[in-house]
Amino acid sequence: MNELIWKRKDLLGLEDLSREEIEFILSTAESFKEVSSREIKKVPALRGKTVVNLFYEPSTRTRVSFEVAAKRLSADVINIATETSSVKKGETLIDTGRNIEALKADIIVMRHNYSGAAAMLARHVNLSVVNAGDGWHEHPTQALLDIFTLKEKLGKIEGIKVSIIGDIAHSRVARSNIWGLTKLGAKVTVCAPKMLIPPGIEEMGAQVTDDVDEALHNADAVNVLRMQFERDESNAFPQQLEYFKNYGITEERLEKAKKNIVIMHPGPINRGIEMSSEVADGANSVILEQVTNGIAVRMSVLFLVAQANEHIKKDETAD
Amino acid sequence: MKLLIKSGRVIDPANKLDEVCDILIESGKISKVAKNIKAAADKTIDAAGKIVLPGLVDMHVHLREPGREDKETVSSGTKAALKGGVTSVLAMPNTNPAMDSTENIKLLQKIIKDSAKADVFICGAITKGRLGQELSDIKALKKQGAVAISDDGASVDSDKLMEEALKLSRDEGLILISHAEDKALSNKGVVNLGLTSTRLGLKGISKESEYKRVARDVELAEKLKSPIHIAHVSCKESVEIIAKAKKRGAKVTCETAPHYFSLTEEAVLNYDTNMKMNPPLRGKEDLEAIRQGLKNGTIDAIASDHAPHTENEKDIEFERAEFGVTGLETELAVAITELVDTGLLSLSGLAEKMSLNPAKILKINKGTLSVGAPADLVIVDPDKEWLVEKSAFVSKSKNSPFLQRTLKGVVEYTIKNGIHC
Repeated sequence: MNELIWKRKDLLGLEDLSREEIEFILSTAESFKEVSSREIKKVPALRGKTVVNLFYEPSTRTRVSFEVAAKRLSADVINIATETSSVKKGETLIDTGRNIEALKADIIVMRHNYSGAAAMLARHVNLSVVNAGDGWHEHPTQALLDIFTLKEKLGKIEGIKVSIIGDIAHSRVARSNIWGLTKLGAKVTVCAPKMLIPPGIEEMGAQVTDDVDEALHNADAVNVLRMQFERDESNAFPQQLEYFKNYGITEERLEKAKKNIVIMHPGPINRGIEMSSEVADGANSVILEQVTNGIAVRMSVLFLVAQANEHIKKDETAD
Repeated sequence: MKLLIKSGRVIDPANKLDEVCDILIESGKISKVAKNIKAAADKTIDAAGKIVLPGLVDMHVHLREPGREDKETVSSGTKAALKGGVTSVLAMPNTNPAMDSTENIKLLQKIIKDSAKADVFICGAITKGRLGQELSDIKALKKQGAVAISDDGASVDSDKLMEEALKLSRDEGLILISHAEDKALSNKGVVNLGLTSTRLGLKGISKESEYKRVARDVELAEKLKSPIHIAHVSCKESVEIIAKAKKRGAKVTCETAPHYFSLTEEAVLNYDTNMKMNPPLRGKEDLEAIRQGLKNGTIDAIASDHAPHTENEKDIEFERAEFGVTGLETELAVAITELVDTGLLSLSGLAEKMSLNPAKILKINKGTLSVGAPADLVIVDPDKEWLVEKSAFVSKSKNSPFLQRTLKGVVEYTIKNGIHC
């Protein structure tokens, strides 16, 4: 019965998923979480499968998390790190994907700096594609692990209030969180200086404010995004210290918030810019639990797409 | 050589004609349009149940030659034109080299003479290299045969240079075609700015980048009493600005392209690069404004903005893919399906937008079935449906936004100078 809920060979984003599909990934993740606390942290679910981590952008934590997840499922893992600049002179993404397919790999986990790259790759290959972040578009496994962590901490998602604070305009984490959380019935507020709020965000289901105290007020959880000053092309971003003064999460600010507010961050943290060290390391912070949960969520995703793709292939041969 | 076309529904807005009659063609010219013509012809075409339109005049076509013959050539592009019922095209100047000198125009004229299957009119470049820095010798371009000037693909940013260009085009009797885009505002965007750009995580192109430049260009043209033509109008605000200017009596005309009255930004949501063009597909209210603009006459012409690209330049990451879509082979059917079938335009209205008006704007002797006019015409089965398939295109490029769509209206005969092509 369970297999009927998840039929996709790829995970490209949360926008396309139904509530049932998201809940199914999360419940599968729950059953995988326990594996990581065993003495022998391995199950044979993907034994004989090959997972290729294809990263066009530098990333340590997401890549390592996927690698650990795949290995705990007994898959073989290959890591390919490619400088984005070489894309222009070298092989096209589709050719790269087809070459990996010719190696008889089963899943490509891809990080790419262009929005939509994962969707394009998935259209051109028969193996599974898991989006590990594409441009400003989506980072579905990050949002899934955020939601998984929230569910663990708060017991439910329906009706909770979550504020996402930071550079919403350029954040794939924000987009995936908005889609995932609103589909599960949470109330989402995004908070940033006006120039970092993209148009149409309300139509995606989020409320908007540029007042961080308002965003914290009554929130059950807050997801603090990394300010990517290194990516600013326009030099229009607020200065780092000014940002901390106006938007940084500090203990002082949290005094006015709910006592048990859950503090999340996708990492890596700019201490003293998005949040103070006291908050990052404080009792309300679940930042390291997010990392642990990331393994279970990614195990779940890898397992489900591989299983679905096997069914798709069987159906094709049956025809 | 005499050709007789029998019993078609002949649409000729220049002569306010819309009735079933015959057309006799002699020596490449229309010699008689009447009921029951009795004449010994070398060939007779039975057009009963079909419509007969003046050959289409597409005033916005990128033939890519010289320079990018891998995308299209004068030969392949004009073959595609004839297949779509288009007998005259205006070739945009963004070739390599650009059409900014007598010498370069001569080069293109030689290619046209050797290989064109339809009439190719030449649009010269407003500025040298289309860089917006220094005016071309506009007088010389006209003398060499250019019928219009444009920096299409780019707008002339400098007000002062634009004024000079408008004065010269006015004095030379050449229409200036404005690609209205303030690149500082479109900010390297790739899709319409708004919910779509946010959902896709792509940089947006604001409507302001188009309509603010439309407003500037209209204002300058009005001040100088120069005619101006605005290319590929895509948004509501541009239509409104042009409507107001027309009311004031400004000599402004404009065109839109089939994709702007048939598709919205929603078509881009799966990162289909065949939906990527500049200006981008806009919202529903823009599409509606374009349709109304066509209906009420604010928009004078429909032109394809045929922009062929190779698969290597299109089947890649959305942000890296080239802007532009092909259109010569689908424009008539898209217009019949979306405008005539929906009751927005009459067939006569359609012939105005796609043939008579562009011919008038360019001041070329086309767009009519008057006696003595060149016998360029197209016979169409308006009710027959067809599926747009990649393999059927004769253009070198296949980047159509209408792939796999079923359209109404099949071109059965295209006749150029009295000869069935």
